[in-house]
Amino acid sequence: MSRINDVGGMVGFPPVVEEPDEPRFHADWEAHVVALNGALLGRGVYNLDEFRDAIERIPPGEYLAASYYEKWFRAITTLLAEKGVATPEELAGD
Amino acid sequence: MSGDHASSPVAARVRHVEALLEGRGLLEPDEIDERIDALAAGGTPANGAAVVARAWVDPAFRERLLADGNAAIAELGFSMGGALQEQKLTVVANDADEHHVIVCTLCSCYPIALLGPSPGWYKSEAYRSQVVREPRAVLREFGVELPASTRITVWDASAESRYLVLPRRPPGTEDRSEEELAALVTRKGLIGTAAV
Repeated sequence: MSRINDVGGMVGFPPVVEEPDEPRFHADWEAHVVALNGALLGRGVYNLDEFRDAIERIPPGEYLAASYYEKWFRAITTLLAEKGVATPEELAGD
Repeated sequence: MSGDHASSPVAARVRHVEALLEGRGLLEPDEIDERIDALAAGGTPANGAAVVARAWVDPAFRERLLADGNAAIAELGFSMGGALQEQKLTVVANDADEHHVIVCTLCSCYPIALLGPSPGWYKSEAYRSQVVREPRAVLREFGVELPASTRITVWDASAESRYLVLPRRPPGTEDRSEEELAALVTRKGLIGTAAV
């Protein structure tokens, strides 16, 4: 069964837009998310397949609305909760 | 949102999670900064350009590159093993009859070791959805007009398998040095959304 990430061939998306002089990251937090993911993968808190799966099972509406690194951060916090590292409340800072 | 981080709620949430993990011994205090520095020092399109320039000046290298990408780039000191496991590298060469373009329809798989981080458009649903259905139209949007007789082949990357396009050497560059040739090669050329 395909999930929302499997967009190959899907119609209805807008034209491809190139950003002139695109920076490597658009905000510091994006670099932090990449670094954080590397650290957690390196420690074996979760593996790359689990990370990819956590992105792919983001509910479709949220998947399409989220930026690339927002999806990453959401997947990281999903896995931290599922692995019992912290509760969703702790992760949200509530 | 709690409203106490006016500028960027997500930035505050990332900082919060980092602090939480540090408190639980899952992050060293300087680890994030060290990893960010390492990211900045990682792969760039100059790596891919160096591979292409070598293939243009050295036919035997070109042959080895197309036969076994991983072994050939190792000759230049590059490796696809930057992630947790080495990814298979397949290099596909453009010629008069065929033009190649790469995508990751499922997400964003990309030869980071040879190209650095991918551009935003490569990761966009717009590109991922359309380039496999209407590659000629997408290439036209990028300013690449191909003769109708040129076959377009689209390569869909995966976690384990990555692709790099070997563009055609521009005419009139016979006298250029390898370094000068490398300077002609662009990131889009290595993805296939530019001629070079």
